Amino acid sequence: METLEICRTAARRAPGAKRHAITGVVASGNLEVLLERVLGDTRCEVTVKTSVEGFGDVWRAVIDDFVERHSPGGLRISINDGGARPDTVSLRLAQGVRLMEAGE
Amino acid sequence: MPEWRTQQAEKESRLNAGRRFSEGKVFAANDTTALLEAVIRSGDRVCLEGDNQKQADHLANALAAADRSRLHDLHIVQSGLVLSAHLDLFSKGIASKLDFSYSGPQGAAIARALYAGKIELGAIHTYIELFARYFVDLTPHVALIAAVSADREGNLYTGPNTEDTPTIVEATHFKSGIVIAQVNRLVDRVPRVDIPGDRVDFVVEAPRPFYVEPLFTRDPAEITDTQILMAMLAIKGIYAEYGIRRLNHGIGYGTAAIELLLPTFGESLGLKGQVATHWALNPHPTLIPAIESGWVKQIHCFGSEVGMDEYIRARPDVYFTGSDGSLRSNRAFCQTAGLYACDLFIGSTLQIDLAGNSSTVTPERIPGFGGAPNMGSDAHGRRHVSGAWLKAGRQASEGQPGMARGRKLVVQLLETFGDKMVPAFVEELAGIEFARRMKLELVPVMIYGDDVTHIVTEEGIANLLLCRTAEEREQAIRGVAGFTAVGRARDRKMVEALRSRGVIRRPEDLDVNPLDANRHLLAARSIKDLVKWSGGLYRPPGKFRNW
Repeated sequence: METLEICRTAARRAPGAKRHAITGVVASGNLEVLLERVLGDTRCEVTVKTSVEGFGDVWRAVIDDFVERHSPGGLRISINDGGARPDTVSLRLAQGVRLMEAGE
Repeated sequence: MPEWRTQQAEKESRLNAGRRFSEGKVFAANDTTALLEAVIRSGDRVCLEGDNQKQADHLANALAAADRSRLHDLHIVQSGLVLSAHLDLFSKGIASKLDFSYSGPQGAAIARALYAGKIELGAIHTYIELFARYFVDLTPHVALIAAVSADREGNLYTGPNTEDTPTIVEATHFKSGIVIAQVNRLVDRVPRVDIPGDRVDFVVEAPRPFYVEPLFTRDPAEITDTQILMAMLAIKGIYAEYGIRRLNHGIGYGTAAIELLLPTFGESLGLKGQVATHWALNPHPTLIPAIESGWVKQIHCFGSEVGMDEYIRARPDVYFTGSDGSLRSNRAFCQTAGLYACDLFIGSTLQIDLAGNSSTVTPERIPGFGGAPNMGSDAHGRRHVSGAWLKAGRQASEGQPGMARGRKLVVQLLETFGDKMVPAFVEELAGIEFARRMKLELVPVMIYGDDVTHIVTEEGIANLLLCRTAEEREQAIRGVAGFTAVGRARDRKMVEALRSRGVIRRPEDLDVNPLDANRHLLAARSIKDLVKWSGGLYRPPGKFRNW
């Protein structure tokens, strides 16, 4: 088990008004993503708990790309990873941001 | 006075030796080894029929049980080295030399035997390449083949899995070789004559039907959202873009996803009747929904597929069938069709380098080539035009004066990371180090980079036809390599420049939203759904029945 803390500054506040959302499941090759709108407008904090050790560089690259594409300002994101591949991680994060776009 | 009939005389003496065990052409299963020892001579080239599907397994086992002091140093020339009995021939010293095409499950055992000096390797061929050599310098002295049924005259019914049999028999019989067939049943009259009896010297009813591997069945339940995204990109960015009507698909989940998206996503793009109408393809169960929805005009098959026989029999407008109603497959003709008559090959691969060379060699395994290198190569002998072929050719030659020439579209589908986070993009193919260690004269490359026209990953499509320099090509490949080390080492500015030229196209450039890529788009989401689409005609083998 490895825990990674990744903090980034986003260009804008994540759109929508939803306070929190959850997507995905903890299963082999999959991951669960919890998003909470609890931070300042441009701050984004990601905590990754993963069963597969030694891929910190890949996680940081995936998160950087996500922040650049989706600008998730204000979100604290908690990930429980069951060994998902990067494309699945990107997809779940994008799904999470879309869920947050909803109203209250 | 030279003697011109030595081979015929030799054949006659061997036939006489064999007839001690037969009544007419027919012999009993428990005499198989004795008959083979009588008919085959040490040093012979022997073809033991077997490819990636059907296997002359009774004859293989009987040959492996031969007495090494009577039979040794055989030269095995066959498509597939797939059964453990095939390897036993070498470990027991009955055979010493090997020319083959495909090994699949025995890839690791072949590598070990090669390394231990048990096998003297001629070459690893593609299917039609080996067939071609059957007629030039690797003509079998004896062919051991498999058929569904035979009559006492030796007429054979090979049924849906005809595959390699006509080619093997043609080369062997007409060059004074001996043809021995195992059949599932001896009958008074065969349903249709696939091999005329005068080309068959001996027949044995095997204790069990010959083995057939269901190699082309992909369970839709295993298809992932990422594969669906890649299938959407391929359909919109390649099939629609070039108007691909004539094509061949590989056997991975990526191409299964494309087959299952034609009646849904493809339909929504208005592509029905415009793309994917004529196929060189095995009877993939995952193509059933597209066939049932009226997408498919015609399919010619290399072989058959377990469970598809009744469905095919009920769809003769689509498939090639015989006078008995069942499928007629033929690997040599279908491979030729894939090479010369198709505008596109698309298949999955395990590993690709910065020049686009791809390989399915993983450490310690020699899986062979099968047909993919022929399907996945530009046929320089082609002289007829089609819209897709000319468009690809124009993209490749843009800016260069001279004669216009077409190009086959050769598309590699791969997820940037494979199982256990193994990156699919590499600086150097594992096959290079492997070839060095095994002292192979040729690096085992499945598809050469200069034949590849497009690479599709979950990050987008790289169109290598539009690359003008080796550097552009490398950056186009890095630009779709995702978060692998190769992908992260991209020159971001150059990749953006390539994207603005359309060399790289992202999902958003094709108006495809990755969030729409999910299993609801699949026309069938399980094997059971495929059975329903077929009206109960498709009968999947037991291991795929999970309901």
